[in-house]
Amino acid sequence: MKFTLRIWRQRGPNERGGFVTYPVDDVSPDMSFLEMLDGLNQRLIVAGEEPVAFEHDCREGICGSCSLVIDGVPHGPERGVTTCQLYMRRFANGATITIEPWRAKAFPIIRDLVVDRRALDRIMQAGGYISVNTGGAVDGNTLLIGKEEAETAMDAASCIGCGACVAACKNASAMLFVAAKVSHLAMLPQGKPERTRRVMAMVRAMEREGFGSCGNQYECEAVCPKHVSVRFIAMLNREYLRASIMGTRIPARSDAPHGESY
Amino acid sequence: MIALDPQVPPGPLEMKWDRRRFSGQLVSPANKRRIKIIVVGTGLAGASAASTLGQLGYQVECFCFHDSPRRAHSIAAQGGINAAKNYQDDGDSVARLFYDTIKGGDFRSREANVYRLAQISTQIIDQCVALGVPFAREYGGQLANRSFGGVQVSRTFYCRGQTGQQLLLGAYSALCWQIERGQVTMRPRTEMLDVIVADGHARGIVIRDLVTGRLSAHTAHAVVLATGGYSNVYYLSTNASGCNVTATYRAWKQGAAFANPSFTQIHPTAIPPAGAHQAKLTLMSESLRNDGRLWVPVSPSDRRSPNEIPPSERDYFLERRYPRFGNLVPRDVASRAVKSICDEGRGVGPGGQGVYLDFSDVIRQQGIDVVRERYGNLFEMYQRITGENAYEVPMRIYPAPHYTMGGLWVDYNLMSTIPGLFVIGEANFADHGANRLGASSLMQGLADGYFILPYTIGHYLAMVNRPPIAEDHSAARAALERVEARLRKLVQAKGRQRTAASFHRALGKILWDHCGMSRCAAGLRGALEVIPVLREEFWRDVVVPGSGEAFNQELEYAGRVADFLEFAELMCHDALHREESCGAHFREEYQTEEGEPQRDDERFAYVAAWEYRDGDTPALHKEPLNFEFVQPTTRSYQ
Repeated sequence: MKFTLRIWRQRGPNERGGFVTYPVDDVSPDMSFLEMLDGLNQRLIVAGEEPVAFEHDCREGICGSCSLVIDGVPHGPERGVTTCQLYMRRFANGATITIEPWRAKAFPIIRDLVVDRRALDRIMQAGGYISVNTGGAVDGNTLLIGKEEAETAMDAASCIGCGACVAACKNASAMLFVAAKVSHLAMLPQGKPERTRRVMAMVRAMEREGFGSCGNQYECEAVCPKHVSVRFIAMLNREYLRASIMGTRIPARSDAPHGESY
Repeated sequence: MIALDPQVPPGPLEMKWDRRRFSGQLVSPANKRRIKIIVVGTGLAGASAASTLGQLGYQVECFCFHDSPRRAHSIAAQGGINAAKNYQDDGDSVARLFYDTIKGGDFRSREANVYRLAQISTQIIDQCVALGVPFAREYGGQLANRSFGGVQVSRTFYCRGQTGQQLLLGAYSALCWQIERGQVTMRPRTEMLDVIVADGHARGIVIRDLVTGRLSAHTAHAVVLATGGYSNVYYLSTNASGCNVTATYRAWKQGAAFANPSFTQIHPTAIPPAGAHQAKLTLMSESLRNDGRLWVPVSPSDRRSPNEIPPSERDYFLERRYPRFGNLVPRDVASRAVKSICDEGRGVGPGGQGVYLDFSDVIRQQGIDVVRERYGNLFEMYQRITGENAYEVPMRIYPAPHYTMGGLWVDYNLMSTIPGLFVIGEANFADHGANRLGASSLMQGLADGYFILPYTIGHYLAMVNRPPIAEDHSAARAALERVEARLRKLVQAKGRQRTAASFHRALGKILWDHCGMSRCAAGLRGALEVIPVLREEFWRDVVVPGSGEAFNQELEYAGRVADFLEFAELMCHDALHREESCGAHFREEYQTEEGEPQRDDERFAYVAAWEYRDGDTPALHKEPLNFEFVQPTTRSYQ
């Protein structure tokens, strides 16, 4: 197969980028999209040119490293897969394929197709955890969790943190990501004690990082490689509303919590 | 000269870990605040260790080469995690998990370590549940189990097909908490390129910032390596593309013994390579062998499509050779059988690299819906990659390097032969002997990180309390210079325009042919002759574009390939010296008439720990394995 690739090249965060066109031939339909780019890079290296920087690691759709906008769609034309799981047989021979990085203010470009997604980690650090110490946990079966709750929590927890939802959204909103993380823990009894603080802190962090707001257009769900549903955004909104109301009812700390005087 | 003292506490097996915890010195809370620990790697072992150490009050500095600590390769584990909970009341116990693991490892692991692993296994599940890991549950709300990897009890806990990701997200979230608290400083996109050793103790590391290319020395009271395995030495493996041996290999060159480097697990059920472009092999869950039957045409010249071949002209070779276990024999046995069939020229698919894994019988007996429910996602993945529908034509599978049992030698406290350098998870050699059982790697990574290292490192820190050396200490400067010199050499090499990948592929083929699933003295000697030649060509001809002072993925990769090219020799030395067949290490000279491996406990019941010698072949040291509590038996699956 033969293709014409239009690839975004940019040497650094503050440099001007632009599309460069590369013809590729000798592409086998059994190649993955990234293997096709590997082939191009091998050719560029031998020709003394700088290869195209792009992110990849597990190449089986779980680590969330790969991050290409292909013909305008994050992770490309096939639904429910990451770029690394996309195969060339999916494309028409002779096609021109445009490849861009995730584009969002909160994801600055490092080089070519590689962006900085640490903003997602900082949202997690703001509250995406259950604060329990190692050791001394009670037996796992002490907490009975109904199959349905467990499965719903698992649906949310499937998020691989790739950021495609942000790249697909015209507002570059991270709502689906935050919704998945908040819902996963809010569904489970272990996550309940901190649910109020968690959702407030994570939403604040999301806003701080410069992600836009949700426009309810569901592009995020359409490109999510793990089919994370926008229903979780509704759950996030409920959690947020609940926390807003509950938050005002938290009593001010008293110096003598038990009313004791000495 | 390296001394191998395993530091196993005396007394009955069940008491050893308790005794060690009691005899270990503690660090006072006030002192913990003043102690800095470096953790390299954020997979299950690294993330769980860094978060637990942070929670204990140490200052932790944590490094990973990914953009986020959540992406480490532990994330790709599919199947599950073992624990001796005996929730199913089917006869499981700590002793049974211990025995299965030590027997599965073909009696080449340390009894005390394996027993401790089995003891801790139950705590791991509780800890993960507390962190919010959404394990599969039964309708009544209890934790669900499945049977995995050919054992007779159901002790595997799982989260659909992504147990690794969920366990890692649990450890990562604990890490996030400690980062938020300021106990852990996280440094993503950094790669460790050397260990700083001063006065015989590990005192820090040299890292390269992968965005700016800047090198820097970081010093601490102790260093923990959780840098994973090196299956990528074979070029094609199921590992993520970033997995490498660099951290452990550079530590080896600074004096840490490397144990059993040739013990590498080849997983039987991966999707076969489709062509030269192939960058990685995709694993299909081992559970497929529960219902699928492996076969090849009886006649090598049979080129009919599989559905046209009548049963009488099919060779169900695992069922034929191992009537008792059939298609469910352990990984090493299955992989070898597939390879020998393909070596006979009876393989199917491109290049004859593959055998059929056929579900037509179970589809006929139980219906397509049952199969779809059990394996639907795997069939979908297979179709996406190969374009074939496995409900209609049999899958094709071929073995792929998957896990490395070998690693840096550690004592019972998980400390290497360099005091102050601790090694956890797949990076150490400790618990799996010559072969790892399914669903045991996640267990070991988390046992090391959450529960073992945080205790044992405290004892070291209490005993050896010296402040970190300055970042411009002569040992730190020397390490920086070593790293600089090597990077400079790579960037300046602009020889005959051969890419690092082409050398990597060539090295992988040498190892796959001679130090893979089966090995022989002649082949290994041949490999030891050609690897140095390939390495010389690499340094002469490799081309690395760009400079060292910028984001340069090709430079990172070339550096890892350069280390693989040296490390491969160590693997071959190890495989050559071990004149027996055990677990994943199969020496063609040592087999029975039926082709089964012959272990030699008289001569080889030891851990082979290799010491680096500059300009010379590595020196062998032996840690004898004394089996006090179990009697080594012959693994037979016939």
